[in-house]
Amino acid sequence: MARRPRPLTAAGLAAAGLVAALVLGSLAAVASRAQIGPGAGLGPGDWGAVRFTLWQAAVSAAVSVALAVPVARALARRRFPGRGLLVTLLGAPFILPVIVAILGLLMVFGRAGWVNDALGVAGLPAVSIYGWHGVILANVFFNLPLATRLILQGWLSIPAERFRLAASLGLDRRRAFRLIEAPMLREVLPGSALVIFLICTTSFAVALTLGGGPRATTIELAIYQAFRFDFDLSRAALLALLQLGVTALAGTLALTVAVPDAMGAGLGRPLVRWDRGPVWGDGLAICLAALFLLAPLAALLLRGGPALAGLPASVWVAAGRSTAVALGSALLCLGLGLAIAVAAQRMGGRRARGVELAGMLGLAASPLVLGTGLFIMLYPFVRPDRLALPVTALVNATMALPFALRALVPAVARIERDYGRLADSLGLGGLARLRRLLLPRLARPLGFAGGLAAALSMGDLGVIALFADAQSATLPLQLYRLMGAYRMDEAAGAAVLLLGLSLLAFWIFDRGGRVDADA
Amino acid sequence: MLTLERVAIRLEDFALAADLSVAEGARVAVIGPSGAGKSTLLAAIGGFAPISHGRLLWRGAAIGHLPPARRPVATIFQDNNLFPHLTVAANVGLGLAPNARLGAADRARVAETLASVGLEGLGARKPGSLSGGQQSRVALARAALQDRPVMLLDEPFAALGPALKVEMIDLVIRLADDRGATLLMVTHDPGDARQLGGETILVAEGRARPPVPTTQLLENPPDVLRDYLG
Repeated sequence: MARRPRPLTAAGLAAAGLVAALVLGSLAAVASRAQIGPGAGLGPGDWGAVRFTLWQAAVSAAVSVALAVPVARALARRRFPGRGLLVTLLGAPFILPVIVAILGLLMVFGRAGWVNDALGVAGLPAVSIYGWHGVILANVFFNLPLATRLILQGWLSIPAERFRLAASLGLDRRRAFRLIEAPMLREVLPGSALVIFLICTTSFAVALTLGGGPRATTIELAIYQAFRFDFDLSRAALLALLQLGVTALAGTLALTVAVPDAMGAGLGRPLVRWDRGPVWGDGLAICLAALFLLAPLAALLLRGGPALAGLPASVWVAAGRSTAVALGSALLCLGLGLAIAVAAQRMGGRRARGVELAGMLGLAASPLVLGTGLFIMLYPFVRPDRLALPVTALVNATMALPFALRALVPAVARIERDYGRLADSLGLGGLARLRRLLLPRLARPLGFAGGLAAALSMGDLGVIALFADAQSATLPLQLYRLMGAYRMDEAAGAAVLLLGLSLLAFWIFDRGGRVDADA
Repeated sequence: MLTLERVAIRLEDFALAADLSVAEGARVAVIGPSGAGKSTLLAAIGGFAPISHGRLLWRGAAIGHLPPARRPVATIFQDNNLFPHLTVAANVGLGLAPNARLGAADRARVAETLASVGLEGLGARKPGSLSGGQQSRVALARAALQDRPVMLLDEPFAALGPALKVEMIDLVIRLADDRGATLLMVTHDPGDARQLGGETILVAEGRARPPVPTTQLLENPPDVLRDYLG
């Protein structure tokens, strides 16, 4: 039988080994440093952080999913101009930098925001965005679109024939719902809520900016504070272990429930329905959701756009650093992802699953847990702020790798299924196979994955906060500092710049993958 | 001589036995009911299906252990014969040198071969912009440049209309005769076998029978073939 060329497989094994060593090494460093003894260990505040982490994740998941149901139903059964654009926009929060969205939320819901201005005019007391409700508001802002996409997918997966049958039998709306839609929701809602719960358990930037204090501190934030305020590495390590436990628990839970796939395509077609009910209900759901999601961005653009020209040089320098980190992270992620995907395809079977799983390890550890481990490993040897940018790029690449693999692994398998025999019969092997078959045909998933990785890295405010000092701040960190100094106009300008750079990074990669992609 | 010496091919729930020889330069049709193993027989010769027993020999030397590209065969598959992202010339050039850049002399040979299959000047196009018949010609041009003594064709023209198919088989015969190549072509159409004008291997009931002259087989078909032809 065909002996497949080995060098590419070796590269994939090396990539999987690198990721595994990085993640498992960080975890080992964390575990070795976490000590409980006199004067060490966790205080009541830390257990409060655990409780708050779980509570805010659960509430955010429940609220996001509950609000998403009417929006998804409306999108599933109505056609209107701009529907496609709205569905596309629902995917955008994934590449929207968290800190940018938070600033936008502040401009709408903050002390001097639109909502409080309106309440003041009406003579009502002002609301505060700081504290637990701010954390939940921001989490819902990020996850309502995700929940809507997941549930919309569920709705569109119901065969149109069932609704036709319901119409021909003359079922009223309530019975049609109970017979057709309720079973779908029972299947889709738990998985969707769990995904969002999982995402919210690693909430850092949101808690950092809107939370804090004894009643709104997440574990991730507590890790950061143990570093920055106390420089108590063993407590940070203990907290990191707790965070790991929470992630592992939620992840295990997710494995037992069927988790829907948010990346799937085909959300474009609305259902044909005969029992749609009054139009105002759906219209209201769609308008409110669009307003909730778009108003913060609009507020930000209005405030930040004019401030762009007057941004201080430090912001532009930070933007340069962020661009370099994003580019490095994207290329690293693509290199690792490609090597792992090709190796997994070549080996097949159980060993392939192992290699792929190693690449997915980034899912098991949160950025701050990885950052803590890397910090513990590195600081005896180097000043951590010197390595802030490479470490950030590396951690970001590891975090984006699972998404890249989700796109690349099936694509490589498809290419080998369709063209593997032809390539074998021609003797196309090794690098030539990579250059002439795999790379050209992988252009689209590579571009998409690279765009995701670049945008995620561009907007990341996580591990950089542990490592960086003033001389190595990235744009998100610089933006956070401007917010802390209440220089809101400059912050808004920097946020617009960051938003633009993130979208541009995604667009350039994704576009690059589509050029000249015939057949 | 291409010899399958007491060969057995076993896939999950499928088995095929073959004990036969094909003379060098012969033109052989492979015919039989669907699912009988016509494609599997070619895949075993081409190196894509494992031979669990017996030996595969070419000019007396065993080739059953070689990877597909090292065997003396060029294969044209049912579909996906061309890389859609490469130009026609680049696709054909793969028959000369899959792992290296083409020199000026190579490029001239590619152009010449394209002209010989009636595709003069189309080298810069992508396969997607060609008709089905033209795409078949590109694959044949590449197989010609591969210049292997055995050509395996696994129903590559099944999607073409009758007139076009006749034209393609004529082209195949010409290319094979020019090189003295041995030809094995899977088909479900006895007309194709007649046009090929040589021998036919009947694949049925888990067995590939030794080649017999096509006219003789079709005039006096065994029961399985009679059932199949209807």
